[in-house]
Amino acid sequence: MNNKIKRILPQLLTILFVVFVFGFFTINAQVNMDNRGIDFGFGFLSQEASFDMQFTLLDYDGQDSYLWAYVVALLNTLLVSFLGIIFCTILGVVIGVARLSQNFLIKNSAAWYVEFFRNIPLLLQIFFWYYAALRALPLPENAQPWFGVTYMTIKGYYIPSMIWENLNVFMSCLIAAIVAIIFIRVYARKIQEKEGKQLPVLYISLALITILPLLSFLIGGVTLDFEMPVLKQLAQTSFIFEGGIALPPELIALVLALSLYTSTFVAECVRAGIQGISKGQKEAAASVGLTPNQILKLVIMPQALRIIIPPTTNQYLNLTKNSSLAAAIAYPDLVLVFAGTALMQTGKAIEIVGITMLTYLSISLAIAALMNWYNKRIEIKEK
Amino acid sequence: MFKHLKQLTSLFAMIAVLFAFTTEAMAKKSKTLKNTQKKGFVRCGVSQGLPGFSNADASGNWTGIDVDVCRAVAAAVLGDANKVKFTPLSAKERFTALTSGEIDVLARNTTWTLSRDADIGLTFVGVNFYDGQGFMVRKSSGITSVDQFKNGISACTNIGTTTELNMRDFFNSRGISYEPVAFEKADEVVAAYDAGRCDTYTTDKSGLAAQRTKMKNPDEHIVLPETISKEPLGPVVRQGDAVWEDIVRWSLNTMIEAEEYGITSANADSMKTSDNPQIKRLVGAEGEMGAAFGLDNEWNLRIIKQVGNYGESYKRNIADTGILPDRGPNQLWTKGGILYVPPAR
Repeated sequence: MNNKIKRILPQLLTILFVVFVFGFFTINAQVNMDNRGIDFGFGFLSQEASFDMQFTLLDYDGQDSYLWAYVVALLNTLLVSFLGIIFCTILGVVIGVARLSQNFLIKNSAAWYVEFFRNIPLLLQIFFWYYAALRALPLPENAQPWFGVTYMTIKGYYIPSMIWENLNVFMSCLIAAIVAIIFIRVYARKIQEKEGKQLPVLYISLALITILPLLSFLIGGVTLDFEMPVLKQLAQTSFIFEGGIALPPELIALVLALSLYTSTFVAECVRAGIQGISKGQKEAAASVGLTPNQILKLVIMPQALRIIIPPTTNQYLNLTKNSSLAAAIAYPDLVLVFAGTALMQTGKAIEIVGITMLTYLSISLAIAALMNWYNKRIEIKEK
Repeated sequence: MFKHLKQLTSLFAMIAVLFAFTTEAMAKKSKTLKNTQKKGFVRCGVSQGLPGFSNADASGNWTGIDVDVCRAVAAAVLGDANKVKFTPLSAKERFTALTSGEIDVLARNTTWTLSRDADIGLTFVGVNFYDGQGFMVRKSSGITSVDQFKNGISACTNIGTTTELNMRDFFNSRGISYEPVAFEKADEVVAAYDAGRCDTYTTDKSGLAAQRTKMKNPDEHIVLPETISKEPLGPVVRQGDAVWEDIVRWSLNTMIEAEEYGITSANADSMKTSDNPQIKRLVGAEGEMGAAFGLDNEWNLRIIKQVGNYGESYKRNIADTGILPDRGPNQLWTKGGILYVPPAR
């Protein structure tokens, strides 16, 4: 009995403490808001936002509601995070492996890269890419084409947009190819386990994924046209490109800064993961006759990934949260649009900051859950 | 025993009566005023640097017509125009800082609108600058009027301002598609526009004139003649302290009315013996003009002596610095402007 109380009492006190603290802050906020004549409520979400956004993935207009502005701004945040995670992973893996290279030059350049980019504050790097690097770009009228059809200018990166006919036929072919590849891989594995024969899966996959979509053009009636960006004069010295897709410099600078910065941390995770596998594993694999490529793919990486994934998840979470620095360079993300303009226009500080905090929490938890699931999948299955 | 009880009750009664008196006396005095006098300085929210309105020099001295409103309040309630603590705020932060009690006066070129006055727990006390939104473009673009704006134009501005909304109304009503590029800080807007990111920079015209002086080469830019909105800028206080609201309102009114009656920082003392009773009221020589606020009778004299009248403040901060030499609508009603304040009597 006595023991039971001893066990429960601290827990009870903790709960009481938490309830008390939350209760205190809630009541305090309520009283102060009452005193100052501020209402609490989420009714504003259905009101007309009446401000415009520079860059959106979905259709948005000032006539839409604050709720829709929130959704569109959230998508902008997710876009930056998604692109940043992809690029920082690719770059991080390359740099991490390069740090373990036998080549003196590669090894040391990679080490310098890591030390340089991870030791400069991120906000400073964002400002650098936006104001210094991107500002050095030409005005639209002076821009020389990159790869013949794209233009990098101070007002953004202009690329041709695609105009499809019978896009659904093309997509079905693509999906069919991917499904076929998955089946072939499963089949190849079975064959290998049964008969020890190896099928050239890579070549078959490559062939499938090029030939099937190609066929859709030849006999499926699919056509693809490009709309080229064309220079247009607004005033004597003021030009823009019209047509095609414009990627705003704010987006480019932000993705660049976030991926360069975070890739250094990912690189260190990768290096630690590979170095964490004992040399004996590699030597044993070599002694049974595996090629270096096979050793990396079949022996080292599956083990290294277990060490790499958890800390890399942290970096992905950091990148997502750091994307809120977008506000500094006018990229319309959640913080700039919702916790900035919307907060200002409605004055609903507590509601909006609360929603924004919950949103970031949800994004982070979702990424963590996804990575945990992946980690579970690749961890050692003990029998 | 009973005797003691009786004594005790009467003691309690006395304490209760005393309390009743003190609370009544306190109720008349503003809570914000009391806190301010206890702290010994006025907590004032200003911009992060807008020449002419609120701008700090290299040694941290703030100047500007918004700054002068805060100095006037300090002179009135504390007796010293220098007893002000300035808090630089972004457009986004300003109202939260005021409603949460971090500052007591917000003098930050803030537009008086219905929704701000009614919704957010704020009270506007007056107008110290009549402004309107305009556009700045590069001279070399050859644009001389907003009628020449074409589809695809990119416009740099600040977030969290009425500017963002007016801009949309303007372009929408003309059917022009535009790219809004909205930054959090004014300095970032100027840097981006100056570098060529945007074709035009839009904000209040006084702001355009002031920011132009910060550009790499001010002569390369012009402000277009059109004004697309009404922007009455004025000081703001928290809702709920009517006495404090009155103090700030009448500090501003005193400066404007002093100009109307020709009272300046130089001649204020000698005006005490004037024949005009209105002038005597403005310099604390007649009537009980401070009692209702819980202030002494010379609060307005101190404002005029230490800060000067509105005309002096305008000349010092806006005209002499070359931002807007012409007073335009910000001239007294007696001289063709629209500055007209209720009489201090």
